Amino acid sequence: MDTLDLARWQFAITTVYHFFFVPVTLSLVALVAGLQTAWYRTGKEKYLRLTKFYGKLFLINIAMGVVTGLVQEFQFGMNWSDYSRFVGDVFGAPLALEGLLAFFLESTFIGLWMFGWDRLPKGVHLACIWMVVLGTQLSAYFILAANSWMQNPVGFRYNAERGRAELTDIGAVLTNKVVLVTYPHTIFAAFMVGGAFVAGVAIWHLFRRPGTDVGAFRTALRLGAVTVLIAGAGVALSGDQQGKVMTEVQPMKMAAAEALYESEQPASFSIFTVGTLDGSREVFSLKVPYLLSFLGTGSIDGEVKGINPLQESYEKLYGPGSYKPNIPLTYWTFRLMIGVGMASTAIAVWALWATRRGREPNKWLALTALPLPLLPLVANCFGWIFTETGRQPWLVFGMLPTSAGVSPGTTSAEVITSLAVFTLLYGVLAVVEVKLMFRSIRAGLPDVDPEPVADEQALPLSFAY
Amino acid sequence: MELTTVWFLLIAVLWIGYFVLEGFDFGVGILLRVLGRNEPERRAVITTIGPVWDGNEVWLITAAGATFAAFPEWYATLFSGFYLPLLAILVALIIRGVGLEYRGKRDDLAWRDRWDWVITVGSVLPAFVWGLTFANQVRGVPLDAGFEYVGSLADQFNLYAVLGGVAFTAMFVTHGAIFLALRTTDDLRLRANRVAALSGGVTVVLVAGWLGWTLGLRGTVASGIVSALALVALLAGLVANRVRREGWAFAGTAAAIALAVTSLFVAMWPAVLPSTLDPAWSLTVTNAASTAYTLKILTVVAAIFTPLVLLYQGWTYWVFRKRVMVAA
Repeated sequence: MDTLDLARWQFAITTVYHFFFVPVTLSLVALVAGLQTAWYRTGKEKYLRLTKFYGKLFLINIAMGVVTGLVQEFQFGMNWSDYSRFVGDVFGAPLALEGLLAFFLESTFIGLWMFGWDRLPKGVHLACIWMVVLGTQLSAYFILAANSWMQNPVGFRYNAERGRAELTDIGAVLTNKVVLVTYPHTIFAAFMVGGAFVAGVAIWHLFRRPGTDVGAFRTALRLGAVTVLIAGAGVALSGDQQGKVMTEVQPMKMAAAEALYESEQPASFSIFTVGTLDGSREVFSLKVPYLLSFLGTGSIDGEVKGINPLQESYEKLYGPGSYKPNIPLTYWTFRLMIGVGMASTAIAVWALWATRRGREPNKWLALTALPLPLLPLVANCFGWIFTETGRQPWLVFGMLPTSAGVSPGTTSAEVITSLAVFTLLYGVLAVVEVKLMFRSIRAGLPDVDPEPVADEQALPLSFAY
Repeated sequence: MELTTVWFLLIAVLWIGYFVLEGFDFGVGILLRVLGRNEPERRAVITTIGPVWDGNEVWLITAAGATFAAFPEWYATLFSGFYLPLLAILVALIIRGVGLEYRGKRDDLAWRDRWDWVITVGSVLPAFVWGLTFANQVRGVPLDAGFEYVGSLADQFNLYAVLGGVAFTAMFVTHGAIFLALRTTDDLRLRANRVAALSGGVTVVLVAGWLGWTLGLRGTVASGIVSALALVALLAGLVANRVRREGWAFAGTAAAIALAVTSLFVAMWPAVLPSTLDPAWSLTVTNAASTAYTLKILTVVAAIFTPLVLLYQGWTYWVFRKRVMVAA
């Protein structure tokens, strides 16, 4: 493998790994803030205990999200220096905004929330976690704006003399039509992950330890399941919008998602296809007529362009070469994203039904719900793999091929070293984090001491360390 | 003032903020096992930085992000050129952050002991490598006509740069010891005070030697004055530490770090990454910068939000201003 392939592998591995923690963090902090708000308003002890329980799981999770995020920022310069030179004027701005507006907010107020339980007035302490929620949302918006610019570059001009893209309109970058549909889609998808996590943990507790904290965990279960349900609907609706924008700005990605080689009008959506490995010929296919037309264009008989005519037109536009992404990869990740996501929504519906009016979760629900927290997470990852590999061979669509972005001075040995180090380190950390998660989950709801400590200012902090 | 100059200043400010703030929590991390003799003491040591270290580290993220946005060429050349040192820093910061967050999540002495080692290593490594990297930056690196780094890893381990790494580490240890003296009580406070005096003496020698060498390599009158002021601040801090005025002592080491880093930026300007092969191939504030439009937007945002960040970060320090006691 050459430097380019190694750098791509490293980016894929570190990014997907980082993204294991992102959606959980995004949604869990909001759910914890909601629980704490419920405690603040009702004074019911179960809300406080749930806040502390899920709050600890959130902290374990965000620790990994933060430290792996650092790698993301550094590796643009380390492995992709020519990309950084090309896009810095445009892409750097949202990234810098993310640091200044979002990361400071998140990290500072997490510290205040973690350590401020006994030192801040209740209302101020509650406001702290909502500031973290605000920080995570801003962070998601800016980074998605940066990513969306790579999918659909807007608000810039190309400076041939410097060989780089230059920002001309920050407003256009921040209101890129791609980010406007990608942001809600990503956030809803994240809430599916957090909701499934909260519900899955609660079901496990109710089933494994019948009789303990039933009231609190029923609340958590139903909160989580309702979150998955609402977020699932949001994902479907925003995904539909996103499909239309994608068909417009990246028709090749839509064609690749469906392995649609020739343009069709109306186009049908294949749920399952057995074809040759590269997807060029189909052996068996289960199709829903008109669906792809509807997804892509909003009308049931709209034309969806195929890979071959698109390839021809791109060759005219950009010169000879292949402009096709990895078709089997895009085809399957697109389907798995939708399928796995829908499956997790179905489980959430079942969980709500099975626990209606005081019913206890049964064995089948408990078994099915075991993988529940992972399903939307897996769907999220498939979605990202789809959208990023679907952009290939471009780093910046229509502007900068991936092969032109890699650091020219970096050696294979350096990339191999870092790839090996990160893979090993991430593997070890995964084991540590999962063990710690299970341990904290098994420990159950913490007891809360209703009596304030006499000199609580002087004590080391019980909650955090 | 030219916007490129404004952004050179702002990036300098971000790095200064980073080294002054994370500097003391690196120092605390390095001293964790030296000053914390048992679990309750170590817990107290960690608690002094617990609420703030994560916020301190964001100064780095923002410094790197701002460099990417304001001087893409600088960011691209520096980060790809210093590939392996930065990899070491990343690994160190990853394990350190996980260590700080995870050590207390299990009530198990062996578990905590292991993480304490991780925190120590994760604190000393970045302290040294940042010094190494900054020293090389000021000294200049082999850049070709396309602003591409053409040196090797061995080039980066020259004696001057290694001394820079050691001097940075020493400064942070002293800074951290004084912070601990300021934030703890009783015996722990006393011992921190003594360690600060000890490491302070070594630090003065190292920093004086290294800043002097820097002046010889690439000095101006202005950077000479700033370097001298850095030493004065360091000495004043150590005197204040001697008479147990810990707040003043901390202000002294904070000012010393700020001034020392300032002297490096003053010495470099208008270059951001000087080339040792041909001065014409150096990256400067002009040829590394983004467009005026991008810089203008960044300036407006920075003008609004930097004071806000300082305000709420400052508030955090106020909320947790009480000294940390070792649990009985």
